Amino acid sequence: MARILKNRNVMLGAVIVLLLIGIGIRNPRFVQPGNLVEVFNDSSILMMVALAQMLVILTKCIDLSVSANIALSGMIVAMLNFYFPGIPVVALIAISMMSGFALGAINGLFIWKLGIPSIVVTLGTMSVYRGSVFLLSGGAWVNSQQMSDSFKAFPRAIILGMPVLAWIGVVTVILIAIFLKMTRLGRSLYAAGGNPTAAVYAGIDVGRSRFYAYSIGGSIAGLAGYLWVSRYAVAYVEIAQGFELDTVAACVIGGISIAGGIGSVMGGVLGALFLGIVKNALPVIHISPFFQMAISGAVIIVAVVINARSERKVGRLILKEAQVPA
Amino acid sequence: MSTISAPSDPSAVRAPRNIPDRLTLGWRRLQRWETLLLIVAVAIFIFNSFASPYFLDPWSLSDATYNFTEKAIVALAMSFVIIAGDIDLSVASIIALASTAMGAAAAAGADTPLLVAIGLGVGIVCGAFNGFLVTRFQVPSIVATIGTMSLFRGISYAVLGDQAYTKYPPSFAWFGQGYVWWVFTAEFVIFIVLAILLGILLHKTVFGRRVYALGNNPVAARFSGVRVDRIRFLLFIMTGTAAGIASVLLTSRLGATRPTIGTGIELEAVTMAVLGGVNILGGSGTIPGVVIAAFIMGLVTFGFGLLNVPGIVMSIFVGSLLIAVIALPILWRKFIHRRN
Repeated sequence: MARILKNRNVMLGAVIVLLLIGIGIRNPRFVQPGNLVEVFNDSSILMMVALAQMLVILTKCIDLSVSANIALSGMIVAMLNFYFPGIPVVALIAISMMSGFALGAINGLFIWKLGIPSIVVTLGTMSVYRGSVFLLSGGAWVNSQQMSDSFKAFPRAIILGMPVLAWIGVVTVILIAIFLKMTRLGRSLYAAGGNPTAAVYAGIDVGRSRFYAYSIGGSIAGLAGYLWVSRYAVAYVEIAQGFELDTVAACVIGGISIAGGIGSVMGGVLGALFLGIVKNALPVIHISPFFQMAISGAVIIVAVVINARSERKVGRLILKEAQVPA
Repeated sequence: MSTISAPSDPSAVRAPRNIPDRLTLGWRRLQRWETLLLIVAVAIFIFNSFASPYFLDPWSLSDATYNFTEKAIVALAMSFVIIAGDIDLSVASIIALASTAMGAAAAAGADTPLLVAIGLGVGIVCGAFNGFLVTRFQVPSIVATIGTMSLFRGISYAVLGDQAYTKYPPSFAWFGQGYVWWVFTAEFVIFIVLAILLGILLHKTVFGRRVYALGNNPVAARFSGVRVDRIRFLLFIMTGTAAGIASVLLTSRLGATRPTIGTGIELEAVTMAVLGGVNILGGSGTIPGVVIAAFIMGLVTFGFGLLNVPGIVMSIFVGSLLIAVIALPILWRKFIHRRN
């Protein structure tokens, strides 16, 4: 029993249930199944990209360019759809993932091959990718009428009572969970972040693991780019601006350690759902949506303080950087 | 920040650059980062004066300083925090919160001295809150300040919503729009004075040496009797104060407060610091380097502006510059390494 109570995910799950009960008392309509599916659907993109961010954070890095990746990949497919309405949606999805992969791989290459700190690389590429959206579109919008019907309809199609968007979220979660639990590369992400020096001695190429984390994370962000523009039926330069911080916030709330090596897929999912529920619930319980940012800020701070307490370091590292034989 | 990478070649493991012990002269001096930056700055200056006939006018150059002074003031303090091995991403949100507080006070009839005191006071309190989170709970500064980044700006949104404060007393406009002497704006003079003071603090005082010690190895610094957490706490108060000052200047210049005020300044301040040779992992960097980097960014922005290049295209340039200045020396060392 004590062990269950100490489990972060159980705690966070309990907090989410309490939150739902609290909201339900104020407004019972919010907790009806139909609306909960809608809330889940609305949180799906955040959930997917939070897991993409998690892959990177696990390796002791961070990806600040993820929202610019969403905007650029989204704009690429939106413009392709506008100029060549004949391209099937499946091909566009593949293109968005490839574009996301390429953008993530660029980050990964700088970090792997040149050893530049991830925060610097992604800070730079964040501006470059976002600016490229402007160069590509000339600052113009691709709006709802310029998109083909099938382009917009795909994430909205209902399968077994849930929109395709939500299903894509579920499948992504399952695939990432399998990837992290069952594959050699997935385990190496934990090792690379938990103790990079030890990982090198264990024969893991830390830089290469990071490269793959960025590339896979980038593909997910690219896919999220397509989903974003088709769901909101508009593509413009400032899409998803600031979203990178939401993804980091979801990870932090989910107990994923920013210092790398610690974190579960469940945590990331619950963190994203928590933020999604708060965002959707505020208007329903008559709190101005302008309070959302302050609330998520306060939640992040509480979460990091709790994380910091449970993560107390056992050993002490005297040397800042252990030297690794080449 | 604790992004430790296991280096794959020995040249990557090296002594931190840019800890000036004494003046180095001659060839050694030429190899320093600041010299390189200065050459770049002069090159951009010359390029701009050829590219646009309006560039070399003292008044337009004076206007150009508005592009970067507020950000540069934040970047100076940010450099201290980064050198000490932390980072403060909440500065732009502190600017928003301080501006909101000043707007509310001005709406209630406060006069200029009180407004300035409120702006600085909010900055100090916010900085202290960051410092408290980081030192008391040992939270990594990057996450703590991502949290306060949402919290501080979130409070501004909660207070203002889609409204704005626009009623400021006329005398308040001096900070962002006034001139001290000839073409030298109040903002620019405040920036230069702060740069000199902080330069002395970092390079000539015991406190400054301790900041370097802390950034290079916090554990060793602690064992050597440096009160690590106290210094970190003070440094967060410093960035908070700098953000407060920047908020006074920005609010005074714009004459209005919206919750979106100053968005993105944290990234530009970090870019300036890193471009100026501050190691993002901590332990090295100089104030003159950051000052030159601020000028470079200001000149580039202004030059592009004269050529009618949109702001977002400039951000591509700044982003590429940030990566290039770090990547090129590494590529160069690899190239030399391979030749030998």
